[in-house]
Amino acid sequence: MLDDFFIRALVAGIGLAITVGPLGCFVIWRRMAYFGDTMAHSALLGVALSLLFDLNLMLSVFLVAAGVSLLLLLLHRRGALSTDALLGILSHSTLSIGLVLVAFMSWVRIDLIGFLFGDILAVSRADIDLVWGGGILVLFAIIYLWRPLLASTVNHELAEAEGLQPQRARLFFMLLMALVIAIAMKIVGILLITSLLIIPAATARRFASSPEIMAVLASLIGVLAVTGGLFGSLHFDTPSGPSIVVAALGLFVLSLIPFGRRAAGGAMTHPTSGGQH
Amino acid sequence: MSLIRPSDHKLSDQKPLVVLKNAGVRRNGRWLVRGVEFSIGRGEIVTLIGPNGSGKSTTAKAAIGVLKPDEGWVERQPGLKVGYVPQKLAIDWTLPLTVERLMTLTGPLKAGEIADALSATGISHLARAEVQHLSGGEFQRALLARAVARKPDLLVLDEPVQGVDFTGEIALYDLIKSIRNRTGCGILLISHDLHMVMAATDTVICLNSHVCCRGTPQAVSQSPEYLKLFGSRAAKTLAVYSHDHDHTHLPDGRVLHADGSITDHCHPDDGHHHGDRADEGGDLDHSHGPDCGCGHHSRLQGFDTKERDRA
Ligand SMILES: [Zn+2]
Ligand SMILES: [Zn+2]
Ligand SMILES: [Zn+2]
Repeated sequence: MLDDFFIRALVAGIGLAITVGPLGCFVIWRRMAYFGDTMAHSALLGVALSLLFDLNLMLSVFLVAAGVSLLLLLLHRRGALSTDALLGILSHSTLSIGLVLVAFMSWVRIDLIGFLFGDILAVSRADIDLVWGGGILVLFAIIYLWRPLLASTVNHELAEAEGLQPQRARLFFMLLMALVIAIAMKIVGILLITSLLIIPAATARRFASSPEIMAVLASLIGVLAVTGGLFGSLHFDTPSGPSIVVAALGLFVLSLIPFGRRAAGGAMTHPTSGGQH
Repeated sequence: MSLIRPSDHKLSDQKPLVVLKNAGVRRNGRWLVRGVEFSIGRGEIVTLIGPNGSGKSTTAKAAIGVLKPDEGWVERQPGLKVGYVPQKLAIDWTLPLTVERLMTLTGPLKAGEIADALSATGISHLARAEVQHLSGGEFQRALLARAVARKPDLLVLDEPVQGVDFTGEIALYDLIKSIRNRTGCGILLISHDLHMVMAATDTVICLNSHVCCRGTPQAVSQSPEYLKLFGSRAAKTLAVYSHDHDHTHLPDGRVLHADGSITDHCHPDDGHHHGDRADEGGDLDHSHGPDCGCGHHSRLQGFDTKERDRA
């Protein structure tokens, strides 16, 4: 017999996996894994602020993650620092500020491990509503933004020249990422959100012949990983987040074995610098 | 040949598609390009040439609105439909993208339109191929097919023959010309070659952070030497462009003017150019003669050694 809490976690996890599939594809196509990680790490600052000011947890996580992504865009555009350094600074400083703030608040009892690595026990009926409600919103937005997002992934200026307003699409994409981080936090945990985004998408690449198929496959593979991971978590009494990531990794490795054609995906640049004559 | 309207919407036939007036783009306190003036009309081909880093791509991006000019202005006809082939296009291996899917990247197309564009560029057989597996020439054709398939009013091609061998280059130029003839679109072409341009070019604009000279190409057939060098087929497609500069770009980036003065920058209003913008024709070049007294007929040779080395 499965317990109620487990069913709740499963329903929420499956909703989350479906949501993050297409988003995860854009994260790897646009090489934004580190960016996503930085946004996710800032979620702990959101948790701390929510406790400090008695705000809604998901709302404050969403606002902090969105704020960090906008700050990154702004700093990057001003060319203040290289993106890499910026990400490194923001990623770990927001995480640390969050941890320090939480430590100061001795009057609240907080399950830090649950926030960092996910906790299936923490999933409530309200969380399920949020995951599915937010997830449907994210999916509709992704479908609506699909063309400008995909075109600007191939080439930003091309999308701009042909009237697709890629800047606007990118802004919305950041907000969607922040939303996904807010709803994913309880299930996979702050530290592992990006792996739920990336690993199913990377696994899907091998079997996909178009961007659209890859997005759908990433969702399905995510559902498999979440289901397998949660069962494992229940069986071995391990935290839900790492168990899901291990299951996702297992699927990724499995996908490599029968088709040994191409190992890792390096970017191919076309065309190579023009021949002089 | 009758001109078919490239798109359904109505654009004025009288006005140029795009006009640049004294346009300049500045980045990090440095002018990438300055004082650029030209216009492109329907069915017209304008070729931008110049060494690497001379502001050709910047100028093209300003023309299509990807970059906003920091000086002067750019006027496009409202509703102008642009087809763009950027200079650099890196598609991450993780993105599964076939040639067919590439066609509808920025807008929906009917199956027939895709098939037409692919067959016009000679890559129908590659429709199902992943773009990451194409050769340089095939990829350029796919990009061209994509830009053409959307039936643009203005086609902007940033070094469309890069990575393509000489035969492929001739074939691509023939293709671009036939696209112009068939659709009547305007074309802004960027070339990395300083001396050979498409014969169908109406105006050549030579850039090096500003307009160094401009003019029309001369048919290769008039030059037996070139004719021998390129063969008769290439001679129909390519033409020679002779530069006519009233100043020299020094290796350190400064500019030596006709009056012997040296300045950090060079643009039409700096007062070192004789007869450029003073005669309100907007024609920036002038013809040198032995008696013109400017003493630095850089022309082909001067341009070659001084500017190619820097590139
Ligand atoms: Zn010059
Ligand atoms: Zn010149
Ligand atoms: Zn002179």
